[in-house]
Amino acid sequence: MSRDKSKLLYAETHEWVDISEDGGQKIATIGISGFAIEQLNDLVYMDLPEVGKQLGAGDEFGEVESVKAVSPLYSPVGGEVIDVHSDLPDNLDGLNDDPYDYGWIIKVKVDDDSALGSLMDHAAYQKQCSESG
Amino acid sequence: MSPAPSESQPLAATPLDRWHRSAGAKMVPFAGYEMPIQYDSIVSEHTACRTAAALFDVSHMGRLRFDGQGSAELLDRLLTRRVTDLPIGGVRYAMVCNPDGGVLDDVLVSHLKTPSETQYHFLVVNASNRAKIVQWIKQHLDDFPRVTFSDRTELTAMIAVQGPLAMETCKRLFTFDPTRLKYYQARITDQFSKPVIVSRTGYTGEDGIELVVRAEDANRVWENILLAGRDLGFAAAGLGARDTLRMEAGMPLYGHELNESIDPISAGLGFACNFKDRDFIGRDAIAQVKADGVKQVRIGLLPAGKRPAREGSIVLDSDGTAIGTITSGGPSPTLGRPIAMAMVDADKADQSDYEIDIRGKRSPATLTKLPFYRRAKTN
Repeated sequence: MSRDKSKLLYAETHEWVDISEDGGQKIATIGISGFAIEQLNDLVYMDLPEVGKQLGAGDEFGEVESVKAVSPLYSPVGGEVIDVHSDLPDNLDGLNDDPYDYGWIIKVKVDDDSALGSLMDHAAYQKQCSESG
Repeated sequence: MSPAPSESQPLAATPLDRWHRSAGAKMVPFAGYEMPIQYDSIVSEHTACRTAAALFDVSHMGRLRFDGQGSAELLDRLLTRRVTDLPIGGVRYAMVCNPDGGVLDDVLVSHLKTPSETQYHFLVVNASNRAKIVQWIKQHLDDFPRVTFSDRTELTAMIAVQGPLAMETCKRLFTFDPTRLKYYQARITDQFSKPVIVSRTGYTGEDGIELVVRAEDANRVWENILLAGRDLGFAAAGLGARDTLRMEAGMPLYGHELNESIDPISAGLGFACNFKDRDFIGRDAIAQVKADGVKQVRIGLLPAGKRPAREGSIVLDSDGTAIGTITSGGPSPTLGRPIAMAMVDADKADQSDYEIDIRGKRSPATLTKLPFYRRAKTN
């Protein structure tokens, strides 16, 4: 199953969020956008949280590094980290090739989705990218 | 990722600005200029320099000219390195220091002769320090009334061609064959009758040359070299690759390994200081450091794993005591692992194992000799 990037929500800081429901519980799958990866260029390192870590909305949950710079990763939702894509740091080329499916980073059991309303849809995010790019 | 930073004051453009933009460069503000940080990928540009050759627009660097009697004596007073015996065609690396021995800038000084037999001295200074150094020079000109000082930066461009294939390719491109220059020699020659200063120097750890040309000739010279190296893998490279290359070569960068509160000896640049039978600004303070021994030294570290240690991270000894700071650090594309330089307490500089606090997480690192990368000598 392929994730449709036009249906995702985007943070100003370039994370994407895919909200799904599992037995009435909202699950957020979080990654970073293809635009961000292209801007970062030459990824060399990624630091991820442990499963079970409790995040507040807007909390830093990890970081991604390119040759030139370190970029923190922020969670747009609050909740418990229930899954971490632990193979990803050793396959950063895979993140580069496929940021929306293979490149998912963490899954969060959402207990605070109040910040979702401030996220951008794909069109608004593309507008932000074209203005900053 | 963080939102894009906003920019403020107007930035200068180098004579190659349009070429960079048409090649798709990502431009960033640097020392008052808009400069290419990368065209495609820092890693591929870095690799081009290590395996073939890379071209760098370094026109943002300051180029200062000294004509007239007393030029060598003026520079001899301002620089840590002796200038009065610099022969025509010679280039030396030196520092400009304040009276306390703090480094105001690190520079290249050369002694040149034009085809019409005019001799002059030429100083290349860091872009970020150009205004400060120009001011410093002007403060000392009064004692040398016959010296004419001119800032040539905006009238000229500077291009570095660096890499194992650089010399062979550039051999035919100028009236004078630059392979006849030894390392740290320079000469004024021409390309199609347009003047070019060719200097066998660089900032990458590779063999190569640095060229100074008139601003209006910059694009032609740049494209001419790229064309000559097209089938050999030559690439234009931005400031990103320039930084990873100089880091691998263990070379200091002003603002990182060097600043006004570091003296040349502590920075590991004692080789660029001449004390015997001469005086220069900062001499006594630097000689004192040399006599007393340094408190801090510059070392090379290999952080374990893949996580780069960046500038500003604290270095700890094996007991967990903070003993210094990372001055430059990042991934080494050639070695495929992170590298870092640090200033640490001199009495802790001989340990083999350290820790680095990388944003709250401690990571082991081992001492290594600088440079991290040394090219295979071919001549």
